[in-house]
Amino acid sequence: MTDFWNDGDPIADTAAPDGPIETRWERRKFSAKLVNPANRRKLTVIVVGTGLAGGSAAATLAEAGYHVKSYCYQDSPRRAHSIAAQGGINAAKNYRNDGDSIYRLFYDTVKGGDFRARESNVYRLASVSVNIIDQCVAQGVPFAREYGGLLDNRSFGGTQVSRTFYARGQTGQQLLLGAYQAMERQIGLGNIEMNARHEMLELIVVDGKARGIVVRDMVTGEITTEMADAVVLASGGYGNVFFLSTNAKGCNVTASWRAHRKGALFANPCYTQIHPTCIPESGTHQSKLTLMSESLRNDGRVWVPRAAGDSRKPGDIPEDERDYYLERIYPSFGNLVPRDIASRAAKNVCDEGRGVGPGGLGVYLDFADAIARLGQKAVEAKYGNLFEMYERITGENPYQVPMRIYPAVHYTMGGLWVDYDLQSTIPGLFVVGEANFSDHGANRLGASALMQGLGDGYFVLPTTLGNYLASGPYEKISPDHEEVVAARQAVEDRIAKFLSIDGDRTVDSFHRELGHIMWEYCGMERTEEGLTKAIGLIRALKDEFWQRVKVPGTGEQLNQNLEKAGRVADFFELGELMCIDALHRRESCGGHFRAESQTPDGEALRHDDEFAYAAAWEYFGADQKPTLHKEQLEFEYVHPSTRSYK
Amino acid sequence: MDIQVRVWRQTDSSDKGRMVTYDVKDISPDASFLEMLDVLNEKLILDGDDPVAFDHDCREGICGACSMVIDGVAHGPERATTTCQLHMRHFKNGDVIDVEPWRAAAFPVIKDLVVDRTAFDKIIQAGGYITAPTGAAPEAHATPVPKKDADLAFEAATCIGCGACVAACPNGSAMLFTAAKVAHLGLVPQGQPERDTRVLDMLQAQDDAGFGGCTNMGECTTVCPKGIPLTLIGRLNSDYRKALRNSNS
Repeated sequence: MTDFWNDGDPIADTAAPDGPIETRWERRKFSAKLVNPANRRKLTVIVVGTGLAGGSAAATLAEAGYHVKSYCYQDSPRRAHSIAAQGGINAAKNYRNDGDSIYRLFYDTVKGGDFRARESNVYRLASVSVNIIDQCVAQGVPFAREYGGLLDNRSFGGTQVSRTFYARGQTGQQLLLGAYQAMERQIGLGNIEMNARHEMLELIVVDGKARGIVVRDMVTGEITTEMADAVVLASGGYGNVFFLSTNAKGCNVTASWRAHRKGALFANPCYTQIHPTCIPESGTHQSKLTLMSESLRNDGRVWVPRAAGDSRKPGDIPEDERDYYLERIYPSFGNLVPRDIASRAAKNVCDEGRGVGPGGLGVYLDFADAIARLGQKAVEAKYGNLFEMYERITGENPYQVPMRIYPAVHYTMGGLWVDYDLQSTIPGLFVVGEANFSDHGANRLGASALMQGLGDGYFVLPTTLGNYLASGPYEKISPDHEEVVAARQAVEDRIAKFLSIDGDRTVDSFHRELGHIMWEYCGMERTEEGLTKAIGLIRALKDEFWQRVKVPGTGEQLNQNLEKAGRVADFFELGELMCIDALHRRESCGGHFRAESQTPDGEALRHDDEFAYAAAWEYFGADQKPTLHKEQLEFEYVHPSTRSYK
Repeated sequence: MDIQVRVWRQTDSSDKGRMVTYDVKDISPDASFLEMLDVLNEKLILDGDDPVAFDHDCREGICGACSMVIDGVAHGPERATTTCQLHMRHFKNGDVIDVEPWRAAAFPVIKDLVVDRTAFDKIIQAGGYITAPTGAAPEAHATPVPKKDADLAFEAATCIGCGACVAACPNGSAMLFTAAKVAHLGLVPQGQPERDTRVLDMLQAQDDAGFGGCTNMGECTTVCPKGIPLTLIGRLNSDYRKALRNSNS
């Protein structure tokens, strides 16, 4: 027991089979109970979120014959934030004959995750990766191709093989449209009931099982209760707790957090990925940060001036006064080191006063050599849309002057704890994609988020959810059931509370301040002192929020500030848990860097003897200490070693 | 910089609506158009007024949510740019800027600048897909696709479904949107079996959803943030004629 948390019993994943890792998924599929096709239409599944994980899951479950009810806060399922993923999707096809294999993808992912992921899950992910590409091609996804008509590949950070499939810099868009179109087909056939502009605000748990959700129609404000035999959360990550991130403005933790409050454990919340190549902030009006695909590091060279305070234009700084620091420190991976390493290195050179651009918070990403070597046309063919985007935002032409980049929050590896079946600690509540914690450990490799989202939705969930549903249909729940009434009442009370405070600060002003605390103390580098301070600051700010927030309008209309208020209220509680998780993990691993735990030359220092576990947190109330349950991680195949990219 | 915006305010679908003028002061030229509206909304809230509702999400030009007619042009004055990627450096101090929602019969206004675009989803439901149930796919390299076709299919597939084409069209037609999807799926070998039914069904759905007919005005492609070319409508017409011929034979 400590000041901030209680220690609880260990937790274990009992769903994964033992034995040879290569056949675990085959054996799990065989042992999973099946649902007779005639019975499937009697079973209803709720899917919250329509990104790669939720869209692919909804389409696949509907194709299988289940009745699916889908919800998203956007005006169309096609707009989920997976759409913005740029670089690509990994798959162990070995089309390049460069030594790739399922085992190598598995190995790279476990190592890239800094030995904090579950081997069984990662192996399965690597093995379904090849099916994902087949599936997407069958849907007509226009991947980049070579002149012979075969699929092209590129390499990505953290690996030495070319296994990334891509569609220019818009891979996420093309994959999501594939899933969206498959979904729309099922909507047209009446197998999916689509509810766009609807937000899940509560989970309904009856007799210990997830049986439904409370949703708000964001146009009319109507609150309804929706019942099902199982609930799937595919509601994405929580990077917006930092206010500024590469997430879409609407991305939020509310669906996950409401489930957490109802008993689902939340694992590894402190594992956040700070992406090294984003466009730096330009001023206080900044509402979000924009990522430039990491694929740019294939051809761009990262540098800063050798001397601190050098304010010359980049073109005026001679070659021998530049420090290509990634190539210098990490000669074997160079500019392609994993994201966490590249981000921290950028922070370090900026901390030394060698940063470039406004406020000295930036480093150069220079394409001059690539343009000289390949020609502008070839560079344009590869990265044209990214260069255009950069110029549109900054007003600078990256063909002529180097891009300026700086790290920004991009992805959250933590999420609701799930077992091998992707089931949370609440039976009947399944969690897929970025919303769960399962596959990336403490750090996600580039082009692996799309792989996990689609792997979960197309191939894993339909099997494991079927196993759960085989014991259904579950008893019909009346809308008058006390749990249903209570969940609905809780939502209505909370909305009434937001509207009644009528204070003198906007929701955004609180969100911005929370984000600043998180970035300062729970960002790229964390310390015991800073985290303890942050917890106090967050609690004080949360209290102030509930006293002083001003939410205009009513609950019976389109009210975007009311939506935001609910999300920010949940971000406060999550932010506190992130700091507690970061505080308890007195080691550095992946995206979590504790200043107290580093090697003499400043690299992350893990403590496998103490911390080779997933930290799964149990909720006991907004002002109560959470309880820590440890899931010990076993490494039978990839033995933990110090990651070295030198 | 200091500007004035004249914004369309409409409380709900039954309200008649009106333009309302607001001063917005001290805006950085590096702010995006939406960030300028954020600043305005923060002030409106603290003044006790109703903030302006508008759709937005990714703010990096890819989700297709943002949708404003700025000074009479869908997505504003910059070519090939969504509203969220339009920056204030393209305006001058003292400018008066008109901001309105998409105007089209098939896109009714929900509130202020927010419109209902589910009619686009209906067009996709009618045939904007390749039937490929999960698990049935052959090995990806079984069918090579000529690079030229793959590249063109990709160009067509970059449509973000924002609806600017409809807003700009004097007829309120969705032809460029439909044509982009018909071209994308018609250019890859996997899309051939459903090529005829796709174009027939999607055009029918487009008519049913209340979009106008296409008279080749070309306003759509001019405002398209992704530069979807007008030639795709020619492709669609050609596919349509072939499909009609095949269905009659």
